[in-house]
Amino acid sequence: MTGKIAIIGDGDSITVFKAAGVAAFAAEDETKARDALRKAAKEYRIIFLTEELYRPLEQFIKRFDEQPYPVVLSIPSKNGSTGHGAELLKSAMERALGVDILFNN
Amino acid sequence: MARLNVNPTRMELKKLKARLSTAVRGHKLLKDKSDEMVRRFSAIIKENKRLRDDVEKQLSETLKQFSVARSVTPSYRAEAAFSMPSSAVRAECGTAGVMGVEVPEISLVNEKSAGGLPYAYSEMTGEADFSVGKAAALLPEMVRLAQVEKTVRMLANEIERNKRRVNALEYVMIPQLEETIKYIKSKLDENERAAVIRLMKVKSKT
Repeated sequence: MTGKIAIIGDGDSITVFKAAGVAAFAAEDETKARDALRKAAKEYRIIFLTEELYRPLEQFIKRFDEQPYPVVLSIPSKNGSTGHGAELLKSAMERALGVDILFNN
Repeated sequence: MARLNVNPTRMELKKLKARLSTAVRGHKLLKDKSDEMVRRFSAIIKENKRLRDDVEKQLSETLKQFSVARSVTPSYRAEAAFSMPSSAVRAECGTAGVMGVEVPEISLVNEKSAGGLPYAYSEMTGEADFSVGKAAALLPEMVRLAQVEKTVRMLANEIERNKRRVNALEYVMIPQLEETIKYIKSKLDENERAAVIRLMKVKSKT
């Protein structure tokens, strides 16, 4: 089954992906991003979300963890990476293994 | 540990023994499952880390470069140039099973047409074309990262849940059953002794 890809973020960060064939939704703040995500989750199977918007919506996104789709991925915005991806990875690892096997600090 | 509230009869004893053996077997199976899941998880999370570092680096670069490229053209013209959607990228979405957990499996289809630009060359600078191409080239990797990261998160949830099950069996269910079995056994023995004594008393009176 085929699915579509969407990206939600601030204007500058998403334009380039629009040209690359990804449906882009602009959202400046948390509430708008939440609405956009809710709509996109019904139609799109893969959703990229910039770190700035992912962070406040973490609790909301957790509900998608039970089924395989949609897949929500946190990506760095044009301001560069804030290490949020590493944080997510770390929390998953600590939950499953109880120890840190990647970052060692 | 509290024992179960049952009547000390042979029937109950038999039932409880069957339940105990099932619980022990289930515990062993779940523990094996947990071990194997942890092993898979550590392999996947290493791949996840590598992919994430890679994607984050390239993506930040692309976005920064695009920011610069875009700033050369007036913003209203840039908006107009990018307002037309190009051919949408589609992804083949399936599911795969990892230790009984359904995880997504995604592959991009029709990757080539993603390189087409939605605007005329005269509208934007060449640098912008370059970043668009780079972003398109980065997409398969991002999709792969999305898949792996989702798998990691789903596996982590499942491992946590499984661990709770194993602990419940090991520290609650099994001790409880053992204690109850012991209680019933001692109760039955006592009854038996009481019966023997009663018989002896009755006999000595005659």
